[in-house]
Amino acid sequence: MTALADPPSQQFQVDANRTSSDSPRRKAVRHALSNYQAARDRTGATFTDWKSARAAAATIKHEAVNHLDQYLEEFEKKFTARGGKVFWANDSKQARDYILDLAEEKGVRSIVKSKAMTGEEIHLNEALLEKGYGVVESDLGEYIQQLKGEAPYHFVFPCMHLRRDEISDLFEKELGTAKTDSPEELTMIARRVLRRAYIEADMGISGGNFIVADTGMISITENEGNARLTVGLPKIHVALIGIEKVVPRLGDLALFLPMLATAGTGQHLTGYNSMYGGPRQPGEIDGPDEFHVVFLDNHRTRLLADPEQRDALHCIRCGACLNVCPIFKNIGGHTYGTTYQGPIGSVITPHFRGLEDWKHLSGASSLCGACTETCPVGIDIHHHLLHNRRNAAAQKPAAGEQFLWKAFTFLMKRPALYRLATKFAPLGSLLHPLIARTMVDPVRSWTDTREFPAAPLHSFRAQFKTHQRAQALASNLGGTQ
Amino acid sequence: MSLGTGDRAGILGRVREALREKAPLKHPAERSAGGEPTTAHFREWLPPVGPSIDEKYALFVKLSEQLRSELLPCPDIAHAAATVSALAQQLSWKTLALHRGSLLDQIAPLLPPELALIYVDAGYDKDALEACDAGITECDLLVAQTGSVCVTSTSAGGRVLSVLPPHHFVLARRSQLVTDLSEAYSTLATRYRENYPSMISFITGPSRTGDIERILVLGAHGPKRLTILLLS
Repeated sequence: MTALADPPSQQFQVDANRTSSDSPRRKAVRHALSNYQAARDRTGATFTDWKSARAAAATIKHEAVNHLDQYLEEFEKKFTARGGKVFWANDSKQARDYILDLAEEKGVRSIVKSKAMTGEEIHLNEALLEKGYGVVESDLGEYIQQLKGEAPYHFVFPCMHLRRDEISDLFEKELGTAKTDSPEELTMIARRVLRRAYIEADMGISGGNFIVADTGMISITENEGNARLTVGLPKIHVALIGIEKVVPRLGDLALFLPMLATAGTGQHLTGYNSMYGGPRQPGEIDGPDEFHVVFLDNHRTRLLADPEQRDALHCIRCGACLNVCPIFKNIGGHTYGTTYQGPIGSVITPHFRGLEDWKHLSGASSLCGACTETCPVGIDIHHHLLHNRRNAAAQKPAAGEQFLWKAFTFLMKRPALYRLATKFAPLGSLLHPLIARTMVDPVRSWTDTREFPAAPLHSFRAQFKTHQRAQALASNLGGTQ
Repeated sequence: MSLGTGDRAGILGRVREALREKAPLKHPAERSAGGEPTTAHFREWLPPVGPSIDEKYALFVKLSEQLRSELLPCPDIAHAAATVSALAQQLSWKTLALHRGSLLDQIAPLLPPELALIYVDAGYDKDALEACDAGITECDLLVAQTGSVCVTSTSAGGRVLSVLPPHHFVLARRSQLVTDLSEAYSTLATRYRENYPSMISFITGPSRTGDIERILVLGAHGPKRLTILLLS
């Protein structure tokens, strides 16, 4: 990745150029995604009516997000009645400070973490490590990325871009283990290391997939069992979760859990779907003494205030839109430079982190609509990319582009001038090679990687006229016979 | 509390301000019986499960196989005990962790005396539980539509017994099988009323990961094997 000082758009361009010509990496990513696609198609086909299920999921999320205040308060009431604590964080710093203060107050030394993209969003690990806490990611993919010192590549499949030999080399270097080309052995190495982490940790930090309002529960979806252990063994549990993740009723999960699994990984249901409604209750054998839920705003309310794009907050972070995106497949996850990659990340990041700096992501789309088509909660993802483009143009008009459009309009409104221009186009084609790919080439962004098409000597208009004349002549001749 | 509750008023204020303008509902659900989509309708769209107990059971068997859960029908407790004992002998197990419960209290006396039993009910040593050879729990329900075992901190010896030992046995009755997650949630609501256990977990197959090249590996962190002893 490029230096932090680069503006995001430049970092994006540089990384996109590099990654899109990295064929082996692209092949690995495509291979991983083809396995996903097959599983998803198979599982999706078992639904009696996926479309209606999707419409229902969209309706329920619409209900939840459009009454967010009521449902968050309902959750808080139920959750605190059972001994849980809720902290409302405006931004990253407030969320980080709360967790740091809590760790200090309780004398925490080591922390185990299950997958939480909100943790990535607020740079929690860095803050904890800086204060001297040991913090270990327990999801296998996240653990690998943590060892590698790299952000997740994909918010559901964190290390999908790595081959097994790269992971083996990483483990050899960081853990001193013997080389292996078996994914199973690699998994067992991580299992051994991480089991110590759960047992020794004083605090477990998780994310959350759903905030269940009517019963005051946080629902966590996973496959490995690492989240079960993270929130089962340590004496303090902190769940860091975006405020938009609400569903009104516990029963709604009967729809969302199978849909999340199908869209996310192609499973009927992921390995462990667990709902936590408070710390250890009286009479229970184990579980944390304290359960803190940190509600994270961090500009979600800014997106909420845009009714046109509010449904982007319906997202359940299944990652399906990344998996089908032709841009993601070619440029990969890190190029986006965001916590949330792919189409949905390109929609929400400008709201979270500023349109001016992140508007370039709206251009990272072919507008094919595969993301919208695959979204299990029916978010109009590619339309929102267009909305972002429109908003960015309104916010800061691009003078050069505006001039070009004006010149184009001027030309197109004047047929005589247009005909003259087409006459001169072949001359332009003839002279263009003299300046092609140099600083003064007006179409350099095209000619950098491609040949510019030559203008034909005779325009379609000219050819059509010739053709018509020939026909008229032929019919005249026919008439005189 | 010294740590406070953060900017509750600020966030709720911004939410209310934002929601003053309504957002259109772009994909209205088909409302078969009027009103909001409810759990009753989910069944019409999700993967189908036959209405009879035999169809439910057949689907549960099929999914268990796909998930690589081991489903062992047992005519009675003695048979279940013999199954565990045979495995214990074959794999030279020394310790088995379990909790108190109506079914487990029946099976425990039938297990071989050389197999040390660790009861978690009065608290447990984390290292000892981690080091045991297998754990056995009861459960709340089995779910036909997804092949899942539903455990709670009340029914399955707390939060960890069903996930820390490398081999998880579930001792269940065939009558615990329900159609789908909707039925599971409504059954739990009736059973626990307002007083839910602090954890409800749907376990669907042994612990798994696909993080390395999307290749399935069992036993990522939780049990490598999940064996369901199903009493008829």
